[in-house]
Amino acid sequence: MSVDLATVKRVAHLARIAVPEADLPKLQGELNAILGFVEQLNEVDVTGIEPMTSVTPMAMKQREDVVTDGEIADRIVANAPASEDNYFMVPKVIE
Amino acid sequence: MTDLTSLTLTEARDGLKAKTFSATEIATAHIAAVEKARALNAYVLETPEHALKQAAASDAKLAKGEGGPLEGLPLGIKDLFATQGIRTTACSKILGNFVPPYESTVSGQLWRDGAVMLGKLNNDEFAMGSSNETSAFGNVVNPWRRKGSNVGAAGTGSVEGNHLVPGGSSGGSASAVAAGLCLAATATDTGGSIRQPAAFTGTVGIKPTYGRCSRWGIVAFASSLDQAGPIGKTVRDCAVMLRSMAGHDPKDTTSANLPVPDYEKAVGRSVKGMKIGIPREYRLDGMSPEIEALWQQGIAWLKAAGAEIIDISLPHTKYALPAYYIVAPAEASSNLARYDGVRYGLRHQGRDIVEMYEKTRADGFGAEVKRRIMIGTYVLSAGYYDAYYLRAQKVRTLIKRDFDEAYAAGIDAVLTPATPSAAFGIGEKGSADPVEMYLNDIFTVTVNMAGLPGIAVPAGLDSQGLPLGLQLVGRPFDEETLFSLGQVIEDAAGRFKVGERWWG
Repeated sequence: MSVDLATVKRVAHLARIAVPEADLPKLQGELNAILGFVEQLNEVDVTGIEPMTSVTPMAMKQREDVVTDGEIADRIVANAPASEDNYFMVPKVIE
Repeated sequence: MTDLTSLTLTEARDGLKAKTFSATEIATAHIAAVEKARALNAYVLETPEHALKQAAASDAKLAKGEGGPLEGLPLGIKDLFATQGIRTTACSKILGNFVPPYESTVSGQLWRDGAVMLGKLNNDEFAMGSSNETSAFGNVVNPWRRKGSNVGAAGTGSVEGNHLVPGGSSGGSASAVAAGLCLAATATDTGGSIRQPAAFTGTVGIKPTYGRCSRWGIVAFASSLDQAGPIGKTVRDCAVMLRSMAGHDPKDTTSANLPVPDYEKAVGRSVKGMKIGIPREYRLDGMSPEIEALWQQGIAWLKAAGAEIIDISLPHTKYALPAYYIVAPAEASSNLARYDGVRYGLRHQGRDIVEMYEKTRADGFGAEVKRRIMIGTYVLSAGYYDAYYLRAQKVRTLIKRDFDEAYAAGIDAVLTPATPSAAFGIGEKGSADPVEMYLNDIFTVTVNMAGLPGIAVPAGLDSQGLPLGLQLVGRPFDEETLFSLGQVIEDAAGRFKVGERWWG
């Protein structure tokens, strides 16, 4: 399978990465090189094979449903590009 | 007095205990070496004051006959590990001046055991690369040069040859250890990022079993593949480092709740009677005769040490790299969604929030990271998930099954070359086709896909005078066997040190 320019544009938007029109053909070429490389997986017979979900057999750990951390809002927002009163500031989302 | 930067980690440990020198002296020697080696670009942040403070505390403990297993030993930390109060960037512009308010579990355990931090080490951006050429801080230079090359040397005259890459993504770690800029370093390995740079620099690197080291506080690339491990000067040094780095952590749900053995005890242990598998699928068409000869040499060394050599088949080997280039980008696209310009790092303003995201991520991520995020987004998108991601995860099951069957048949470890070639020149690979660069990891990536432990040990030099490594792959959670076998190779091959400190 290979991707066309419109697909590259759509994927860039899904990934939330702005790609200038002029850069689209080069990116398309690179993505198609990778997709061409992974094409060989179609040779493998995977009938009846379970997809891997965990590389080491391990039961999901559980813990008591209690508060273990918190009351550190100031540290959580310490690296924010914009914050006020321990809130993250973003452009207006709802009109 | 001996040059304290030329000691191994364990020699330095013993010297500190015997009070031959102090922690402050060995820290000072390394700080001076780091300052003189800026041409290598191995460190992206030097923390000399922090190091001297830790060293003084270590000296106080050592004077009382106290101290942990790494007391007073100066280390470098890959910039993927969050260090509390010290800038951590994953060598990406998008993290900007991120200063973590917490410490990664692995680095925290090193400080618990008395180690001293010299600074943060360069790596490929978000650990995505095999040459350290994708770092936002620029390339790392390999301290090794091709025979006859005088590139980087002071003085006038004609320049012969070019600088070589140290491998990646843990290029700063490998370069710093090889150049004597730290006694050992932390590193991470998602597809070969510990073992390939170790092989390129004549150092030892081990990727432990998935789950052996906590991933908590390490910048995530592909969560089902990422593992931390050490790069060191010797097999013994790596054994000592791993004991401190490993261990159960309730903060990482994939961290294994198993006791951590004293790995150093496995170093020097007899390998007599061990069954070593030689997988025929690793003999590639067009493989360099030098790599083939190195492999045969390794087989001869292990045989001479009493191991039994058995030809085996791992039939799905060929599909590991393509499956990796679906699984890893898919997980990366999801992990890297968090860099949105809201909670930390870079932000570009936009007309609305979507434009803010798009501009921030366009400027903050480098080209390779963007490519992988886009591949990951595509293979997870509606209509393609089954064809790509689900199929790749099924192939992964088959890759793991190959190893399971070999181990069930009694194989103790598998011996392969670590890389298909020695270090190459900066700018030489992957500029036209990203896949050319990906092929570097062809021998290492299977190990991540199967979650197994793998060690790279230097074993010889190629015709250009550059180091080459062998890889040993073990059973899950049996790193001890790798240390025993690795020591046999190190004893037979000797150590490989950079000839001349041409960088300053």
